[in-house]
Amino acid sequence: MAETGFLPKDKIEGFLEAISKDNVLFTPVLEGDVVIFRPFKAGNSLYLDRPANNSPKSVIYPQSDILFSYEYKKDIDDPKKVSVDIETHMDYPKTVIFGCRPCDAIGFNIYDRVFIESNGPDIYYQGRRDKTTIITLSCPTPYAGCFCTALGGSPAGKEGTDLLMTELEKGFLLEPVSEKGKAILKTAGVEEGDQYLEEAQKKQQQAHNAVNKPFPSISHTEISRKRFDLDEFWQQAVSKCISCGACTFLCPTCYCFNFTDEQTLEKGERIRSWDACMFYHFTLETSGHNPRPTRFQRYKNRVGHKFLFYPEKYNGVIACSGCGRCIRYCPVSVDISKIVSQLRSPE
Amino acid sequence: MIDKLKETVAKVLNDVDLVIGYENGFDAIHATPYFITSADQIDKLIWNPLCVHNLTTYLPTLKMKKVGIIVKGCDSRTIVQFIQEGLILRDNLVIIGLPCTGVISVNKILTETNREHIEEVSFDDKGNINVKTGKGPKTLAVADFSPDKCGTCQYPTPLVYDHLVGDPIKSDKAPENVYADIKEFESKTLEERMKYWEQEFDHCIRCYACRNACPMCICSDNCIAESRDPHWMTQKMTFTEKFMFHMIHALHLAGRCVECGECERACPMGIPVNKLKRKINQDMKELYGYEPGVNLDEKPPMFMFNVDELKIKEHKI
Repeated sequence: MAETGFLPKDKIEGFLEAISKDNVLFTPVLEGDVVIFRPFKAGNSLYLDRPANNSPKSVIYPQSDILFSYEYKKDIDDPKKVSVDIETHMDYPKTVIFGCRPCDAIGFNIYDRVFIESNGPDIYYQGRRDKTTIITLSCPTPYAGCFCTALGGSPAGKEGTDLLMTELEKGFLLEPVSEKGKAILKTAGVEEGDQYLEEAQKKQQQAHNAVNKPFPSISHTEISRKRFDLDEFWQQAVSKCISCGACTFLCPTCYCFNFTDEQTLEKGERIRSWDACMFYHFTLETSGHNPRPTRFQRYKNRVGHKFLFYPEKYNGVIACSGCGRCIRYCPVSVDISKIVSQLRSPE
Repeated sequence: MIDKLKETVAKVLNDVDLVIGYENGFDAIHATPYFITSADQIDKLIWNPLCVHNLTTYLPTLKMKKVGIIVKGCDSRTIVQFIQEGLILRDNLVIIGLPCTGVISVNKILTETNREHIEEVSFDDKGNINVKTGKGPKTLAVADFSPDKCGTCQYPTPLVYDHLVGDPIKSDKAPENVYADIKEFESKTLEERMKYWEQEFDHCIRCYACRNACPMCICSDNCIAESRDPHWMTQKMTFTEKFMFHMIHALHLAGRCVECGECERACPMGIPVNKLKRKINQDMKELYGYEPGVNLDEKPPMFMFNVDELKIKEHKI
């Protein structure tokens, strides 16, 4: 069997339909001016011209996930006696994410270390992760704010991906990365691709060279701890931050969450929902004390988590893929790549 | 113009803790707010149609500091409203006003250029913006790529200022057209409008960029959207919750929204949230004859109570 596959452009609709027969399939579509991942429906217009506004992380790690439902029941004969019924919702279907970008896919590896490998496993995350296949589209060109290559990534990076697609003139070269990816090559419409490999690699290299590099490379040991701990540095760098959660919620590597019980009378649901260290409530303690009351302290945490604390815990891996969304969509254009450059330059 | 602005900022900086203006952002099409605390920073100050942000949004949190601030006509309305509501101290503020002929909607430009990396941007004296991407240069009229608010702008010259850099400009836009889009939207049926908002709010990720960018949204750290006590909203991602949040945002701005459009500009998911606020403002204008942020001597209608409201019949019972 060939090592790679080729999907002609006119076969893509059939290919997606075939996948959607056995899987819940998410593809990027254009709605208004927004690119967003949606469950596939035949006739849905596929949109691959630019990365989606938000990363597809919610497919595996939903923004608001019902962990279980509960109901308190009173004993009719003895009203002081109350029992509670609990129901879980964990029958996750087989799922395919189609058309995310390498910087999105790598995010799932960053989550795996936290939710599966070292603290877990987190059954809700792992339940979906194991059942999901990720088909990634390599980027032909950089977009505003992109800086993946500075973080060791690439517009054709394969980390976290099961199958990598590269767009050529008449179709897509499909390079399997995992067993799940190899299985996809058997889908209807896929032809042999080895003859296109060289052309695809050339395109991938061109895209790689075009990406903006605000710094040549980065290790957490290069971050100046002295500057990082200086309040004045952060006041100067991010006094403009308005402390919303756009950066965090669009980010393919941010994973902080909150638990709430959403209850009405005797029934309720325990929910895990995304949280953002940009929010005042993130560190608000029951006493009313807040260790991070100012905006610059919260932004400092965001950079610290990605470029210092996470790598210190997980063998030097930086928890940022350089997708550029936080830069591109920030209402006041806070540029994390510039801040990291400043933190790593010699004192 | 920019030299005169820099000169003014240098002068103002002698008497204040900081001046807030604009500098170049991460790429050629983005400007970004710029906090100037020392004279050597002034050189990087810019002024052009990319200076879209309403910088006054920072003022309430800087209430106790002496601040110099650069405002366009539309932004200056926020200051008027702030003063009326007692949210800032006028004496702590030095306002540098800039008459404005219209800014750029970065989003509209990005859509036009298919969101490719923009390498260079320049403006000519014929009212055009020249944008260069990898595919080559494009010349576009600023007026065609402005935010909707510029198309009906009534206040191109700041309404309140200490220094005016440039000559005052008079609006040539018809005042009766300000709410034309809202009137058109209202002609749709209730079902159509509901469907419209269902589709739009489906994109909402509850990041609260609209709330935090909004200068008049002053309870941001104590917002009911996140509060557990009172527990008015859940953390579910349903239409009901999102709609509730946006309606509360809009209603809290009744007779307060200065229509700077920052909520809509900030939204990373392109939701036209300003429409809700403008609809309410239109009602406020019809009911109370009040327009937020245009007259320092007025009192916002929600800050007072008249037994005999002229246009609310129920009060006459």
